Amino acid sequence: MSGIETFYDVMRRQGISRRSFLKFCSLTAAALGLEPAYAGKIAQAMETRPRTPVLWLHGLECTCCSESFIRSAHPLAKDVVLSMISLDYDDTIMTAAGHQAEAILDEITTKYKGNYILAVEGNPPLNQDGMSCIIGGKPFVEQLKRVAKDCKAIISWGSCASWGCVQAARPNPTQATPVHKVILDKPIIKVPGCPPIAEVMTAVITYMLTFDRIPELDRQGRPKMFYGQRIHDKCYRRPHFDAGQFVEEWDDEGARKGYCLYKVGCKGPTTYNACSTTRWNGGVSFPIQSGHGCIGCSEDGFWDKGSFYDRLTTVRPFGIEGNADQIGGTVAGVVGAAAAAHAAVSAIKRARHRNEEKSEEK
Amino acid sequence: MSMQKMEAVYVYEAPLRLWHWVNALSITVLALTGYFIASPLPTQPGEASANFLMGYIRFAHFTAAYVFAIGFAARIYWAFAGNHHARQLFLLPVFNPQWWREVWFESRWYLFLEREPRKYVGHNPLAQLFMFVFVTWGSIFMIFTGFALYAEGEGRDGWHDNLFGWVIPLFGQSQDVHSWHHLGMWWILSFVIIHIYVAIREDIMSRQSIVSTMISGYRMFKDERK
Ligand code: HEM
Ligand code: HEM
Ligand code: SF4
Repeated sequence: MSGIETFYDVMRRQGISRRSFLKFCSLTAAALGLEPAYAGKIAQAMETRPRTPVLWLHGLECTCCSESFIRSAHPLAKDVVLSMISLDYDDTIMTAAGHQAEAILDEITTKYKGNYILAVEGNPPLNQDGMSCIIGGKPFVEQLKRVAKDCKAIISWGSCASWGCVQAARPNPTQATPVHKVILDKPIIKVPGCPPIAEVMTAVITYMLTFDRIPELDRQGRPKMFYGQRIHDKCYRRPHFDAGQFVEEWDDEGARKGYCLYKVGCKGPTTYNACSTTRWNGGVSFPIQSGHGCIGCSEDGFWDKGSFYDRLTTVRPFGIEGNADQIGGTVAGVVGAAAAAHAAVSAIKRARHRNEEKSEEK
Repeated sequence: MSMQKMEAVYVYEAPLRLWHWVNALSITVLALTGYFIASPLPTQPGEASANFLMGYIRFAHFTAAYVFAIGFAARIYWAFAGNHHARQLFLLPVFNPQWWREVWFESRWYLFLEREPRKYVGHNPLAQLFMFVFVTWGSIFMIFTGFALYAEGEGRDGWHDNLFGWVIPLFGQSQDVHSWHHLGMWWILSFVIIHIYVAIREDIMSRQSIVSTMISGYRMFKDERK
């Protein structure tokens, strides 16, 4: 290992004991759903493979992804992963600042050319030449493009980087644009959520660092192991859904009994995420468990899909705004009324026609 | 196509008639259960283990959906195997100016601007146009969006997902597909309202048999004039 450190070297330097290191390896294997034998493989990989640097950029965002990340339930995982990352670049949690910080970017991008991972939190706004987000005196989009040029792969943290999120909600004044629409030539792993679950974040990054490949992705570029199922598929209130037992009002008997939140707008049936399995804050709870429906924060454009509290949400087919029943029901109503009116006119015409025929016969 | 013949003409063969009524029945079940999937019935009393109302409603929807989809596939097969009229649902003679003139004529008839309707052996051209737009494309739309939603429940990497999973990102996300699938129901229901009204109206007002034709297959004409 001439000069280049392995993950293990870095961890030891950070004061992590061998025992803690091995614990971390088995926890990671479990979190990734791998068989126990993988703990050893992870350990071996981390001891021998040169450390892959991670650069963590921040665009237009609220930093909730970082906030979630540093609260990872397994402090061990957090410490270990964080020690790998903070060594390089993450402007909100690193010690270096200003020119010193920017120098790290240059150093890593040249020294590890084609061999570092770029993690992006937030997204670049493109309107007004990108002025709405300035980093180090330049538009963020420039920094993003510069660092993305020589990276191995990109992780899009959160719904901002993955889809656009709140800053991209209609009418999107700054034209905030998700990463995959700006960087077109790199593999991109989307880890959506507002924020994503801490354990999901650490697991994704650990997977990539230890196995040196990207996890299997679905059609929309999300890791299948965490975004392969909807909240609804693993929700503990699902038996009430199937039984037809719903919370109808927020203060009713059903709410007290913990019935399904479908009728008060739960987006669990249309949201891909791991909340109902891993839960939050060390497995303490997740929105549905605390009595509120899922708002679908890891789905594309969730701010623009109407109320969080309606089952049938707003659609805007041709500039009209309303839910499917309002729009479709109106159309069908008009058609029905037209048919009735047409029937009435037909009957009158026919009666008149008959009379004429009769008088002709006479 | 105006006809002079008096005797009954065999227009709709048995498989086509069978499809028509099976299809009508499955759409009725789909629309009813679909509506209650989106706006469920009031909460059921008792323990969850003693109830399965949503489960049954969704099961009925999916069963009718399979009948509907397989029926549609069979109907496509019949367009090849059946007679000329079996193809009317899928092929519009859009390059035939005479056909467009007939569409125009039928429109005038429905706007009370023509005194006497013409005779048609198969579908009248206006009906054919409506069926093509609402039923043929409407069914395709409902099958693709429906199976894409179904694939979500069946899980990733199943055959449903492999065949129809791409529909979800096409619309944006799952919620959008739900909304469009729902609008599709109203699209088809609007056709059904017009269709049933017109079938009964023509049965009374036109110079040919209508409803009985979709039952017996024979078109009968009420007079001998052209
Ligand atoms: C004429 C045909 C059909 C009609 C009128 C119809 C109607 C509906 C309606 C109104 C909904 C509720 C949509 C919402 O969430 O707002 C629905 C849901 C659904 N439909 Fe259909 N549908 C049809 C065909 C199909 C087909 C062919 C399939 C294929 C399997 C299908 C599968 C589904 C599924 C999976 C759902 C979602 C169920 C859930 O979320 O629990 N539908 N349908
Ligand atoms: C969900 C309900 C229904 C749907 C989607 C539907 C759809 C269709 C379609 C697609 C055709 C063309 C058949 C073909 O070319 O293969 C047709 C024909 C026909 N349908 Fe329906 N139908 C429905 C209900 C009904 C009902 C309730 C009646 C009876 C009142 C009816 C009477 C007829 C008749 C008489 C024809 C033949 C029209 C002609 O001779 O030109 N339909 N229908
Ligand atoms: S609470 Fe939401 S996710 Fe849970 S079963 Fe009901 S609709 Fe599905």
